Amino acid sequence: MSTEHGTGTLFSGMDVDALREQFRNRNKSLTDKRMSVREAVTQFVHDGDYLGSGGFGCDRIATALLHEIVRQKKQNLSFAGHTATHDWQILCAGNQTGRGQLLKRVDIAYIVGLEARGLSPHARRVAESGEVEFCEWTNYALAVRLKAAAMGVPFLPVRSMAGTDTFRHSAAKSITCPFTGQPLVAVPALSPDVAIIHVHEADCFGNCRVRGTSVADFELARAARRLIISCERIIPNDEIREDPTSTVIPFFCVDAVCEVPCGSYPGNMPYEYFSDEAHIREWLEMERDPEQHLDFVTRLIFDTSDFDEYLAVCGGRERLESLRRQELDPAGSNS
Amino acid sequence: MTNCNPIELMICTAARHLEDGKLVVVGTGAPCAAAMLAQKTTAPNMTLMFEAGGIAPQLPRMPISVGDSRTHYRGLVATSMADIMETCQRGMVDYSFLGGAQIDAYGNLNSTMIGDDYQQPKVRLPGSGGANDLGSFCWRILVMTPHDRRRFVEKLDFMTTPGYLTGSGAREAAGLPAGTGPYKVVTNLAVLGYDDETKRMCVESVHPGTTLQQVRENTGFDLLVSESIEETPEPDIEALRILREEVDPQRLILGRA
Repeated sequence: MSTEHGTGTLFSGMDVDALREQFRNRNKSLTDKRMSVREAVTQFVHDGDYLGSGGFGCDRIATALLHEIVRQKKQNLSFAGHTATHDWQILCAGNQTGRGQLLKRVDIAYIVGLEARGLSPHARRVAESGEVEFCEWTNYALAVRLKAAAMGVPFLPVRSMAGTDTFRHSAAKSITCPFTGQPLVAVPALSPDVAIIHVHEADCFGNCRVRGTSVADFELARAARRLIISCERIIPNDEIREDPTSTVIPFFCVDAVCEVPCGSYPGNMPYEYFSDEAHIREWLEMERDPEQHLDFVTRLIFDTSDFDEYLAVCGGRERLESLRRQELDPAGSNS
Repeated sequence: MTNCNPIELMICTAARHLEDGKLVVVGTGAPCAAAMLAQKTTAPNMTLMFEAGGIAPQLPRMPISVGDSRTHYRGLVATSMADIMETCQRGMVDYSFLGGAQIDAYGNLNSTMIGDDYQQPKVRLPGSGGANDLGSFCWRILVMTPHDRRRFVEKLDFMTTPGYLTGSGAREAAGLPAGTGPYKVVTNLAVLGYDDETKRMCVESVHPGTTLQQVRENTGFDLLVSESIEETPEPDIEALRILREEVDPQRLILGRA
Protein backbone atom coordinates (compact mmCIF):
# COMPACT_ATOMS: atom_id res chain seq x y z
CA MET A 1 0.00 0.00 0.00
CA SER A 2 2.67 2.49 1.00
CA THR A 3 4.41 2.31 -2.39
CA GLU A 4 1.35 3.37 -4.38
CA HIS A 5 1.27 6.78 -5.94
CA GLY A 6 -0.70 8.74 -8.48
CA THR A 7 0.68 9.03 -12.01
CA GLY A 8 -0.18 12.71 -12.41
CA THR A 9 2.51 15.38 -12.75
CA LEU A 10 3.31 17.60 -9.80
CA PHE A 11 3.12 21.13 -11.26
CA SER A 12 4.65 22.96 -8.33
CA GLY A 13 7.62 22.42 -6.06
CA MET A 14 7.20 22.03 -2.31
CA ASP A 15 10.58 23.14 -1.00
CA VAL A 16 9.37 24.66 2.25
CA ASP A 17 12.86 25.92 3.12
CA ALA A 18 13.01 27.89 -0.13
CA LEU A 19 9.55 29.22 0.72
CA ARG A 20 10.80 30.28 4.17
CA GLU A 21 13.66 32.19 2.50
CA GLN A 22 11.17 33.98 0.25
CA PHE A 23 8.91 34.86 3.15
CA ARG A 24 11.93 36.04 5.18
CA ASN A 25 12.81 38.48 2.42
CA ARG A 26 9.33 39.95 1.96
CA ASN A 27 8.59 43.58 2.72
CA LYS A 28 6.92 43.36 6.11
CA SER A 29 6.61 47.04 6.95
CA LEU A 30 3.27 48.84 6.97
CA THR A 31 3.41 50.40 3.52
CA ASP A 32 0.56 51.76 1.46
CA LYS A 33 -0.08 49.09 -1.17
CA ARG A 34 -2.98 50.69 -2.99
CA MET A 35 -2.69 50.57 -6.76
CA SER A 36 -4.79 50.05 -9.87
CA VAL A 37 -5.77 46.60 -11.09
CA ARG A 38 -3.63 47.18 -14.17
CA GLU A 39 -0.57 48.07 -12.10
CA ALA A 40 -1.05 45.12 -9.75
CA VAL A 41 -1.35 42.55 -12.54
CA THR A 42 1.56 44.09 -14.48
CA GLN A 43 3.78 44.05 -11.42
CA PHE A 44 2.82 40.77 -9.73
CA VAL A 45 1.53 38.30 -12.35
CA HIS A 46 4.20 36.94 -14.68
CA ASP A 47 4.12 34.55 -17.64
CA GLY A 48 4.61 30.99 -16.43
CA ASP A 49 3.34 31.74 -12.92
CA TYR A 50 1.26 29.32 -10.85
CA LEU A 51 -2.00 31.20 -10.09
CA GLY A 52 -4.46 30.63 -7.26
CA SER A 53 -7.87 32.27 -7.35
CA GLY A 54 -10.05 32.93 -4.32
CA GLY A 55 -13.76 32.47 -3.74
CA PHE A 56 -15.94 29.67 -5.06
CA GLY A 57 -16.25 29.91 -8.84
CA CYS A 58 -19.13 32.35 -9.00
CA ASP A 59 -19.03 33.53 -5.40
CA ARG A 60 -16.69 36.27 -4.13
CA ILE A 61 -14.33 35.97 -7.09
CA ALA A 62 -11.74 38.58 -8.11
CA THR A 63 -13.36 39.22 -11.50
CA ALA A 64 -11.54 42.51 -12.21
CA LEU A 65 -8.14 40.86 -11.65
CA LEU A 66 -9.11 37.79 -13.71
CA HIS A 67 -10.18 40.04 -16.62
CA GLU A 68 -6.94 42.01 -16.41
CA ILE A 69 -4.85 38.81 -16.50
CA VAL A 70 -6.66 37.89 -19.73
CA ARG A 71 -6.46 41.46 -21.08
CA GLN A 72 -2.70 41.55 -20.55
CA LYS A 73 -2.34 38.22 -22.42
CA LYS A 74 -0.45 36.46 -19.66
CA GLN A 75 0.91 33.15 -21.01
CA ASN A 76 1.52 29.58 -19.82
CA LEU A 77 -0.01 29.90 -16.38
CA SER A 78 -0.58 27.00 -14.04
CA PHE A 79 -3.81 27.14 -12.08
CA ALA A 80 -5.41 25.54 -9.02
CA GLY A 81 -9.02 24.73 -9.89
CA HIS A 82 -11.05 23.90 -6.81
CA THR A 83 -14.64 24.54 -7.87
CA ALA A 84 -13.51 26.88 -10.63
CA THR A 85 -16.61 27.89 -12.58
CA HIS A 86 -16.94 31.46 -13.88
CA ASP A 87 -13.35 32.26 -12.84
CA TRP A 88 -12.14 29.34 -14.98
CA GLN A 89 -14.48 30.44 -17.79
CA ILE A 90 -12.85 33.91 -17.78
CA LEU A 91 -9.30 32.48 -17.84
CA CYS A 92 -10.29 30.12 -20.68
CA ALA A 93 -10.92 33.24 -22.80
CA GLY A 94 -7.12 33.32 -23.07
CA ASN A 95 -7.03 29.89 -24.75
CA GLN A 96 -8.27 28.96 -28.25
CA THR A 97 -9.07 32.62 -29.03
CA GLY A 98 -6.01 33.58 -31.08
CA ARG A 99 -4.14 35.11 -28.15
CA GLY A 100 -1.62 32.36 -27.49
CA GLN A 101 -2.17 30.10 -24.50
CA LEU A 102 -3.03 31.51 -21.10
CA LEU A 103 -3.64 28.22 -19.27
CA LYS A 104 -1.00 25.52 -19.59
CA ARG A 105 -1.25 23.28 -16.52
CA VAL A 106 -4.20 22.85 -14.23
CA ASP A 107 -4.60 21.05 -10.93
CA ILE A 108 -8.24 20.04 -11.24
CA ALA A 109 -10.84 19.40 -8.63
CA TYR A 110 -13.78 20.95 -10.47
CA ILE A 111 -13.62 22.70 -13.85
CA VAL A 112 -15.76 23.03 -16.99
CA GLY A 113 -19.06 23.03 -15.10
CA LEU A 114 -20.95 25.90 -13.52
CA GLU A 115 -22.77 23.77 -10.92
CA ALA A 116 -26.56 23.86 -11.47
CA ARG A 117 -26.12 26.13 -14.52
CA GLY A 118 -24.60 23.41 -16.72
CA LEU A 119 -21.31 22.89 -18.60
CA SER A 120 -19.36 25.69 -20.29
CA PRO A 121 -18.91 24.89 -24.02
CA HIS A 122 -15.72 26.98 -24.37
CA ALA A 123 -14.19 25.58 -21.19
CA ARG A 124 -14.92 22.10 -22.61
CA ARG A 125 -13.20 23.03 -25.90
CA VAL A 126 -10.13 24.08 -23.92
CA ALA A 127 -10.22 21.02 -21.65
CA GLU A 128 -10.76 18.57 -24.53
CA SER A 129 -8.19 20.22 -26.87
CA GLY A 130 -5.24 18.42 -25.29
CA GLU A 131 -3.26 21.71 -25.03
CA VAL A 132 -3.70 21.92 -21.25
CA GLU A 133 -2.01 19.41 -18.96
CA PHE A 134 -4.14 18.20 -16.06
CA CYS A 135 -3.62 16.61 -12.67
CA GLU A 136 -6.66 15.41 -10.70
CA TRP A 137 -7.42 16.32 -7.08
CA THR A 138 -10.48 16.93 -4.94
CA ASN A 139 -11.72 20.20 -3.45
CA TYR A 140 -10.60 19.14 0.01
CA ALA A 141 -7.23 17.88 -1.24
CA LEU A 142 -6.50 21.26 -2.88
CA ALA A 143 -7.55 23.08 0.30
CA VAL A 144 -5.26 20.82 2.34
CA ARG A 145 -2.40 21.33 -0.12
CA LEU A 146 -2.71 25.08 0.44
CA LYS A 147 -3.01 24.51 4.19
CA ALA A 148 0.26 22.51 4.17
CA ALA A 149 2.07 25.40 2.47
CA ALA A 150 0.45 27.84 4.89
CA MET A 151 1.69 25.65 7.76
CA GLY A 152 5.18 25.46 6.26
CA VAL A 153 5.21 21.66 5.99
CA PRO A 154 5.84 19.68 2.78
CA PHE A 155 2.68 17.53 2.93
CA LEU A 156 -0.40 16.62 4.93
CA PRO A 157 -2.37 13.35 5.15
CA VAL A 158 -6.02 13.00 4.14
CA ARG A 159 -8.45 10.05 4.17
CA SER A 160 -10.14 10.75 0.84
CA MET A 161 -9.06 9.97 -2.75
CA ALA A 162 -7.94 6.43 -1.83
CA GLY A 163 -8.83 3.58 -4.19
CA THR A 164 -10.15 5.74 -7.05
CA ASP A 165 -9.04 6.96 -10.50
CA THR A 166 -9.01 10.45 -8.97
CA PHE A 167 -6.08 9.21 -6.87
CA ARG A 168 -4.46 7.38 -9.81
CA HIS A 169 -4.48 10.56 -11.96
CA SER A 170 -3.27 12.76 -9.11
CA ALA A 171 0.26 13.30 -7.82
CA ALA A 172 -0.67 12.14 -4.32
CA LYS A 173 1.02 9.19 -2.61
CA SER A 174 -0.12 6.45 -0.28
CA ILE A 175 1.66 6.42 3.05
CA THR A 176 1.39 4.41 6.24
CA CYS A 177 0.65 6.21 9.46
CA PRO A 178 3.83 5.95 11.60
CA PHE A 179 1.69 5.63 14.75
CA THR A 180 -1.25 3.39 13.81
CA GLY A 181 -0.11 1.68 10.62
CA GLN A 182 -3.23 2.88 8.81
CA PRO A 183 -3.03 3.65 5.10
CA LEU A 184 -3.37 7.38 4.38
CA VAL A 185 -3.07 9.61 1.33
CA ALA A 186 -0.32 12.26 1.43
CA VAL A 187 -0.95 15.44 -0.54
CA PRO A 188 1.94 17.81 -1.27
CA ALA A 189 2.09 21.46 -0.18
CA LEU A 190 0.97 23.92 -2.85
CA SER A 191 2.41 27.43 -2.82
CA PRO A 192 1.12 29.43 -5.79
CA ASP A 193 3.48 32.06 -7.21
CA VAL A 194 0.62 34.52 -7.08
CA ALA A 195 -2.91 34.52 -5.68
CA ILE A 196 -5.84 36.87 -6.27
CA ILE A 197 -8.59 37.23 -3.65
CA HIS A 198 -11.60 39.54 -3.50
CA VAL A 199 -12.64 40.68 -0.01
CA HIS A 200 -15.21 43.01 1.47
CA GLU A 201 -12.90 45.51 3.16
CA ALA A 202 -9.17 46.16 3.44
CA ASP A 203 -7.02 48.98 4.71
CA CYS A 204 -4.26 50.45 2.55
CA PHE A 205 -1.73 48.03 4.07
CA GLY A 206 -3.75 44.93 3.16
CA ASN A 207 -5.42 43.94 6.42
CA CYS A 208 -8.57 42.25 5.15
CA ARG A 209 -12.10 41.49 6.31
CA VAL A 210 -14.37 38.89 4.72
CA ARG A 211 -18.03 38.22 5.47
CA GLY A 212 -19.72 34.90 4.71
CA THR A 213 -17.90 31.68 3.90
CA SER A 214 -14.14 31.75 3.49
CA VAL A 215 -13.91 28.69 1.18
CA ALA A 216 -10.09 28.10 1.05
CA ASP A 217 -9.02 31.73 0.96
CA PHE A 218 -7.38 32.06 4.36
CA GLU A 219 -5.14 29.10 3.48
CA LEU A 220 -4.53 30.47 -0.04
CA ALA A 221 -3.56 33.91 1.30
CA ARG A 222 -0.94 32.36 3.59
CA ALA A 223 0.33 29.83 1.05
CA ALA A 224 0.90 32.23 -1.85
CA ARG A 225 4.28 33.83 -2.56
CA ARG A 226 2.59 37.00 -3.85
CA LEU A 227 -0.96 38.13 -3.11
CA ILE A 228 -3.15 40.70 -4.84
CA ILE A 229 -6.26 41.77 -2.94
CA SER A 230 -9.21 43.45 -4.56
CA CYS A 231 -11.85 44.83 -2.23
CA GLU A 232 -15.30 46.37 -2.27
CA ARG A 233 -14.07 49.21 -0.03
CA ILE A 234 -10.83 50.57 1.40
CA ILE A 235 -11.37 51.39 5.06
CA PRO A 236 -9.19 53.44 7.45
CA ASN A 237 -6.52 51.60 9.41
CA ASP A 238 -8.19 52.93 12.57
CA GLU A 239 -11.28 50.91 11.79
CA ILE A 240 -9.17 47.74 11.55
CA ARG A 241 -7.53 48.53 14.89
CA GLU A 242 -10.90 48.95 16.58
CA ASP A 243 -11.82 45.34 15.75
CA PRO A 244 -8.73 43.20 15.03
CA THR A 245 -10.79 40.03 15.57
CA SER A 246 -12.33 40.68 12.16
CA THR A 247 -8.99 40.72 10.33
CA VAL A 248 -8.74 37.41 8.47
CA ILE A 249 -5.76 38.13 6.19
CA PRO A 250 -2.82 40.06 7.70
CA PHE A 251 -1.00 42.86 5.83
CA PHE A 252 2.32 41.00 5.65
CA CYS A 253 0.82 38.42 3.28
CA VAL A 254 -0.36 41.13 0.87
CA ASP A 255 1.49 42.80 -2.03
CA ALA A 256 -1.22 44.95 -3.61
CA VAL A 257 -4.61 46.37 -2.61
CA CYS A 258 -7.00 47.38 -5.38
CA GLU A 259 -10.30 49.06 -4.58
CA VAL A 260 -12.87 47.59 -6.97
CA PRO A 261 -16.50 48.18 -5.96
CA CYS A 262 -18.69 45.33 -7.29
CA GLY A 263 -15.44 43.50 -8.06
CA SER A 264 -16.98 40.03 -7.84
CA TYR A 265 -19.65 40.80 -10.48
CA PRO A 266 -21.19 38.78 -12.14
CA GLY A 267 -20.42 36.61 -9.15
CA ASN A 268 -22.24 36.77 -5.82
CA MET A 269 -20.77 38.91 -3.02
CA PRO A 270 -22.32 37.99 0.35
CA TYR A 271 -24.28 40.84 1.95
CA GLU A 272 -23.52 43.07 -1.07
CA TYR A 273 -25.05 41.75 -4.33
CA PHE A 274 -26.30 38.44 -5.76
CA SER A 275 -24.90 36.77 -8.90
CA ASP A 276 -26.14 38.04 -12.26
CA GLU A 277 -27.66 34.81 -13.50
CA ALA A 278 -28.94 36.38 -16.73
CA HIS A 279 -25.42 37.52 -17.65
CA ILE A 280 -23.91 34.12 -16.83
CA ARG A 281 -26.62 32.41 -18.91
CA GLU A 282 -25.83 34.73 -21.82
CA TRP A 283 -22.12 33.91 -21.46
CA LEU A 284 -22.85 30.16 -21.62
CA GLU A 285 -25.13 30.68 -24.60
CA MET A 286 -22.54 32.77 -26.50
CA GLU A 287 -19.94 30.06 -25.97
CA ARG A 288 -21.85 27.57 -28.09
CA ASP A 289 -20.40 29.08 -31.27
CA PRO A 290 -16.62 29.80 -31.10
CA GLU A 291 -16.82 32.92 -33.30
CA GLN A 292 -19.74 34.33 -31.40
CA HIS A 293 -17.84 33.65 -28.17
CA LEU A 294 -14.77 35.44 -29.53
CA ASP A 295 -16.86 38.53 -30.39
CA PHE A 296 -18.45 38.38 -26.95
CA VAL A 297 -15.22 38.22 -24.92
CA THR A 298 -13.60 40.77 -27.26
CA ARG A 299 -16.39 43.22 -26.48
CA LEU A 300 -16.45 42.45 -22.75
CA ILE A 301 -12.79 41.90 -21.89
CA PHE A 302 -10.22 42.39 -24.69
CA ASP A 303 -11.61 45.75 -25.90
CA THR A 304 -12.66 47.23 -22.55
CA SER A 305 -9.97 49.30 -20.86
CA ASP A 306 -10.93 48.34 -17.32
CA PHE A 307 -13.55 46.75 -15.05
CA ASP A 308 -15.70 49.91 -14.85
CA GLU A 309 -16.14 49.80 -18.61
CA TYR A 310 -17.16 46.13 -18.39
CA LEU A 311 -19.71 46.96 -15.67
CA ALA A 312 -21.13 49.74 -17.84
CA VAL A 313 -21.49 47.33 -20.79
CA CYS A 314 -23.34 44.89 -18.48
CA GLY A 315 -25.98 47.35 -17.36
CA GLY A 316 -24.09 49.53 -14.90
CA ARG A 317 -25.59 50.96 -11.76
CA GLU A 318 -29.17 49.97 -12.53
CA ARG A 319 -28.27 46.30 -12.95
CA LEU A 320 -26.21 46.31 -9.77
CA GLU A 321 -28.97 47.92 -7.76
CA SER A 322 -31.27 45.09 -8.78
CA LEU A 323 -28.67 42.49 -7.74
CA ARG A 324 -28.22 44.32 -4.45
CA ARG A 325 -31.96 44.03 -3.77
CA GLN A 326 -31.85 40.29 -4.58
CA GLU A 327 -28.98 39.80 -2.12
CA LEU A 328 -30.45 41.79 0.74
CA ASP A 329 -34.00 40.46 0.35
CA PRO A 330 -33.56 36.98 -1.12
CA ALA A 331 -37.14 35.95 -0.44
CA GLY A 332 -38.53 39.17 -1.92
CA SER A 333 -40.45 39.58 -5.12
CA ASN A 334 -37.40 41.03 -6.89
CA SER A 335 -35.38 37.85 -6.67
CA MET B 1 -51.43 6.52 -7.84
CA THR B 2 -51.00 10.03 -6.48
CA ASN B 3 -50.70 12.57 -9.24
CA CYS B 4 -47.03 13.51 -9.24
CA ASN B 5 -44.17 13.55 -11.71
CA PRO B 6 -41.03 11.34 -11.44
CA ILE B 7 -38.84 14.07 -9.93
CA GLU B 8 -41.45 14.82 -7.26
CA LEU B 9 -41.65 11.10 -6.45
CA MET B 10 -37.84 10.87 -6.22
CA ILE B 11 -37.55 13.90 -3.93
CA CYS B 12 -40.36 12.72 -1.61
CA THR B 13 -38.84 9.22 -1.48
CA ALA B 14 -35.30 10.47 -0.78
CA ALA B 15 -36.59 12.82 1.94
CA ARG B 16 -38.03 9.83 3.84
CA HIS B 17 -34.56 8.29 4.11
CA LEU B 18 -33.15 11.22 6.10
CA GLU B 19 -33.37 10.95 9.89
CA ASP B 20 -34.11 13.78 12.27
CA GLY B 21 -31.33 15.21 14.42
CA LYS B 22 -28.57 14.43 11.92
CA LEU B 23 -26.11 16.45 9.82
CA VAL B 24 -26.38 16.31 6.03
CA VAL B 25 -24.15 17.88 3.38
CA VAL B 26 -26.19 18.75 0.30
CA GLY B 27 -25.55 20.15 -3.14
CA THR B 28 -27.86 22.24 -5.29
CA GLY B 29 -30.94 20.91 -7.08
CA ALA B 30 -32.97 17.82 -6.18
CA PRO B 31 -30.86 16.78 -3.14
CA CYS B 32 -31.30 20.22 -1.60
CA ALA B 33 -35.03 20.00 -2.27
CA ALA B 34 -35.18 16.57 -0.59
CA ALA B 35 -33.32 17.83 2.48
CA MET B 36 -35.50 20.96 2.69
CA LEU B 37 -38.64 18.79 2.41
CA ALA B 38 -37.39 16.46 5.15
CA GLN B 39 -36.80 19.49 7.41
CA LYS B 40 -40.36 20.67 6.81
CA THR B 41 -41.87 17.22 7.43
CA THR B 42 -40.17 14.34 9.23
CA ALA B 43 -36.79 15.82 10.20
CA PRO B 44 -37.26 19.34 11.62
CA ASN B 45 -34.03 19.08 13.62
CA MET B 46 -31.82 17.92 10.78
CA THR B 47 -29.05 20.41 9.91
CA LEU B 48 -28.04 21.25 6.35
CA MET B 49 -24.41 21.94 5.51
CA PHE B 50 -22.91 23.18 2.25
CA GLU B 51 -19.46 22.37 0.93
CA ALA B 52 -18.12 25.94 0.69
CA GLY B 53 -18.82 26.63 4.37
CA GLY B 54 -22.53 27.43 4.96
CA ILE B 55 -24.19 25.71 7.95
CA ALA B 56 -27.88 25.68 8.95
CA PRO B 57 -29.29 28.40 6.69
CA GLN B 58 -32.95 29.32 6.77
CA LEU B 59 -33.04 28.94 3.01
CA PRO B 60 -35.21 31.65 1.48
CA ARG B 61 -35.10 29.72 -1.80
CA MET B 62 -32.93 27.21 -3.63
CA PRO B 63 -29.22 28.04 -3.78
CA ILE B 64 -27.71 28.21 -7.29
CA SER B 65 -24.21 27.40 -6.07
CA VAL B 66 -23.12 25.43 -3.00
CA GLY B 67 -21.08 28.53 -2.24
CA ASP B 68 -23.64 31.27 -2.78
CA SER B 69 -24.86 33.48 0.06
CA ARG B 70 -28.19 31.65 0.38
CA THR B 71 -26.22 28.71 1.85
CA HIS B 72 -25.63 30.78 4.98
CA TYR B 73 -28.65 33.10 4.84
CA ARG B 74 -29.80 33.51 8.45
CA GLY B 75 -27.53 30.51 9.10
CA LEU B 76 -25.68 29.53 12.23
CA VAL B 77 -22.15 29.35 10.84
CA ALA B 78 -20.26 30.58 7.78
CA THR B 79 -16.95 28.72 7.77
CA SER B 80 -14.44 27.26 5.31
CA MET B 81 -14.48 24.34 2.89
CA ALA B 82 -11.77 22.56 4.92
CA ASP B 83 -13.84 22.95 8.10
CA ILE B 84 -16.89 21.36 6.43
CA MET B 85 -14.81 18.52 4.97
CA GLU B 86 -12.96 17.93 8.23
CA THR B 87 -16.27 17.78 10.09
CA CYS B 88 -17.05 14.94 7.67
CA GLN B 89 -13.59 13.37 7.95
CA ARG B 90 -13.78 13.17 11.75
CA GLY B 91 -17.08 11.27 11.52
CA MET B 92 -19.57 13.97 12.50
CA VAL B 93 -21.61 14.07 9.29
CA ASP B 94 -24.29 11.44 8.75
CA TYR B 95 -25.53 11.90 5.21
CA SER B 96 -24.49 13.34 1.90
CA PHE B 97 -26.02 13.30 -1.58
CA LEU B 98 -23.91 12.65 -4.66
CA GLY B 99 -24.54 12.27 -8.36
CA GLY B 100 -22.67 11.49 -11.54
CA ALA B 101 -22.79 10.56 -15.18
CA GLN B 102 -22.23 6.88 -14.37
CA ILE B 103 -22.71 4.56 -11.37
CA ASP B 104 -21.67 0.90 -11.10
CA ALA B 105 -22.96 -2.05 -9.06
CA TYR B 106 -20.84 -1.06 -6.04
CA GLY B 107 -22.06 2.52 -6.04
CA ASN B 108 -18.80 3.92 -7.41
CA LEU B 109 -19.42 7.16 -9.33
CA ASN B 110 -18.00 8.89 -12.40
CA SER B 111 -18.27 12.66 -12.74
CA THR B 112 -14.91 13.24 -14.46
CA MET B 113 -14.97 12.12 -18.10
CA ILE B 114 -16.58 10.01 -20.79
CA GLY B 115 -14.27 8.07 -23.10
CA ASP B 116 -11.45 5.57 -22.70
CA ASP B 117 -8.45 7.94 -22.95
CA TYR B 118 -7.85 10.28 -20.02
CA GLN B 119 -5.67 12.57 -22.16
CA GLN B 120 -8.28 12.87 -24.92
CA PRO B 121 -11.72 12.45 -23.33
CA LYS B 122 -14.83 12.35 -25.49
CA VAL B 123 -16.49 14.58 -22.93
CA ARG B 124 -14.70 16.32 -20.10
CA LEU B 125 -16.99 16.60 -17.09
CA PRO B 126 -16.33 18.83 -14.06
CA GLY B 127 -14.47 16.23 -11.95
CA SER B 128 -14.66 15.41 -8.28
CA GLY B 129 -15.16 18.82 -6.75
CA GLY B 130 -15.90 17.73 -3.21
CA ALA B 131 -17.68 14.51 -4.25
CA ASN B 132 -14.76 12.17 -3.65
CA ASP B 133 -14.20 13.71 -0.20
CA LEU B 134 -17.87 13.47 0.81
CA GLY B 135 -18.12 9.94 -0.64
CA SER B 136 -15.05 8.96 1.40
CA PHE B 137 -16.00 10.56 4.71
CA CYS B 138 -19.79 10.60 5.23
CA TRP B 139 -21.49 7.68 6.96
CA ARG B 140 -24.29 7.25 4.45
CA ILE B 141 -24.32 8.34 0.80
CA LEU B 142 -27.52 8.82 -1.11
CA VAL B 143 -27.68 9.13 -4.88
CA MET B 144 -30.63 10.53 -6.83
CA THR B 145 -30.44 9.82 -10.54
CA PRO B 146 -32.52 9.03 -13.62
CA HIS B 147 -32.41 5.27 -14.26
CA ASP B 148 -31.07 4.11 -17.63
CA ARG B 149 -28.37 1.84 -19.10
CA ARG B 150 -26.17 4.81 -20.03
CA ARG B 151 -25.85 5.68 -16.32
CA PHE B 152 -26.06 2.27 -14.64
CA VAL B 153 -22.98 0.65 -16.18
CA GLU B 154 -20.95 -2.50 -15.66
CA LYS B 155 -17.68 -0.52 -15.87
CA LEU B 156 -17.15 3.19 -15.24
CA ASP B 157 -15.07 5.20 -17.73
CA PHE B 158 -13.43 6.84 -14.68
CA MET B 159 -13.94 6.20 -10.97
CA THR B 160 -14.17 9.69 -9.51
CA THR B 161 -15.76 8.87 -6.16
CA PRO B 162 -15.53 5.67 -4.15
CA GLY B 163 -18.58 3.56 -3.53
CA TYR B 164 -17.74 0.10 -2.18
CA LEU B 165 -14.84 -0.04 -4.72
CA THR B 166 -14.55 -3.79 -5.56
CA GLY B 167 -16.83 -5.06 -2.79
CA SER B 168 -16.82 -6.04 0.85
CA GLY B 169 -13.82 -4.77 2.83
CA ALA B 170 -12.30 -2.87 -0.11
CA ARG B 171 -12.97 0.60 1.31
CA GLU B 172 -11.30 -0.24 4.61
CA ALA B 173 -8.33 -1.87 2.85
CA ALA B 174 -7.82 1.30 0.79
CA GLY B 175 -7.74 3.38 3.96
CA LEU B 176 -11.20 4.91 3.73
CA PRO B 177 -12.95 5.35 7.09
CA ALA B 178 -14.58 2.10 8.26
CA GLY B 179 -18.34 1.72 8.16
CA THR B 180 -18.93 4.48 5.60
CA GLY B 181 -20.28 4.20 2.08
CA PRO B 182 -23.21 4.09 -0.31
CA TYR B 183 -26.62 3.79 1.34
CA LYS B 184 -29.52 4.27 -1.10
CA VAL B 185 -29.99 5.06 -4.77
CA VAL B 186 -33.30 6.71 -5.54
CA THR B 187 -34.24 6.68 -9.22
CA ASN B 188 -37.35 7.38 -11.28
CA LEU B 189 -38.03 3.60 -11.25
CA ALA B 190 -36.94 2.19 -7.90
CA VAL B 191 -35.14 2.48 -4.59
CA LEU B 192 -31.94 0.46 -4.42
CA GLY B 193 -29.78 -0.40 -1.42
CA TYR B 194 -26.66 -2.55 -1.05
CA ASP B 195 -26.35 -6.21 -0.12
CA ASP B 196 -24.67 -6.57 3.28
CA GLU B 197 -22.34 -9.34 2.19
CA THR B 198 -21.33 -8.51 -1.37
CA LYS B 199 -21.93 -4.74 -1.22
CA ARG B 200 -23.59 -4.98 -4.64
CA MET B 201 -26.63 -2.90 -5.54
CA CYS B 202 -29.92 -4.49 -4.61
CA VAL B 203 -33.51 -3.51 -5.51
CA GLU B 204 -35.47 -2.71 -2.35
CA SER B 205 -38.64 -1.25 -3.76
CA VAL B 206 -40.14 -0.59 -7.16
CA HIS B 207 -42.17 2.54 -7.77
CA PRO B 208 -45.93 2.28 -8.37
CA GLY B 209 -46.62 1.44 -12.02
CA THR B 210 -43.10 0.10 -12.60
CA THR B 211 -42.08 -3.56 -12.89
CA LEU B 212 -38.90 -5.25 -11.69
CA GLN B 213 -38.35 -6.24 -15.33
CA GLN B 214 -38.27 -2.56 -16.34
CA VAL B 215 -35.73 -1.84 -13.62
CA ARG B 216 -33.52 -4.69 -14.90
CA GLU B 217 -33.87 -3.56 -18.53
CA ASN B 218 -32.65 -0.10 -17.60
CA THR B 219 -29.62 -1.34 -15.65
CA GLY B 220 -26.33 -2.29 -17.33
CA PHE B 221 -25.26 -4.79 -14.64
CA ASP B 222 -26.82 -7.71 -12.76
CA LEU B 223 -29.04 -6.49 -9.96
CA LEU B 224 -29.67 -8.28 -6.71
CA VAL B 225 -33.23 -8.20 -5.44
CA SER B 226 -34.13 -7.88 -1.78
CA GLU B 227 -36.15 -10.77 -0.28
CA SER B 228 -38.48 -8.19 1.19
CA ILE B 229 -38.94 -6.24 -2.06
CA GLU B 230 -42.02 -4.05 -1.96
CA GLU B 231 -43.73 -1.25 -3.80
CA THR B 232 -42.35 2.22 -3.01
CA PRO B 233 -44.90 4.05 -0.85
CA GLU B 234 -46.64 6.86 -2.70
CA PRO B 235 -45.73 10.40 -1.67
CA ASP B 236 -47.77 11.74 1.18
CA ILE B 237 -50.29 14.35 -0.07
CA GLU B 238 -49.16 16.88 2.54
CA ALA B 239 -45.47 16.34 1.68
CA LEU B 240 -46.26 16.97 -1.98
CA ARG B 241 -48.07 20.17 -1.13
CA ILE B 242 -45.12 21.42 0.95
CA LEU B 243 -42.69 20.45 -1.80
CA ARG B 244 -44.67 22.36 -4.43
CA GLU B 245 -45.72 25.38 -2.42
CA GLU B 246 -42.85 25.93 0.01
CA VAL B 247 -39.72 24.16 -1.21
CA ASP B 248 -39.77 24.90 -4.93
CA PRO B 249 -42.69 27.23 -5.73
CA GLN B 250 -40.92 28.40 -8.91
CA ARG B 251 -40.63 24.77 -10.08
CA LEU B 252 -36.94 25.25 -10.86
CA ILE B 253 -36.31 21.60 -10.06
CA LEU B 254 -39.79 20.09 -10.13
CA GLY B 255 -40.32 21.50 -13.62
CA ARG B 256 -37.38 19.55 -15.04
CA ALA B 257 -39.26 16.27 -15.20
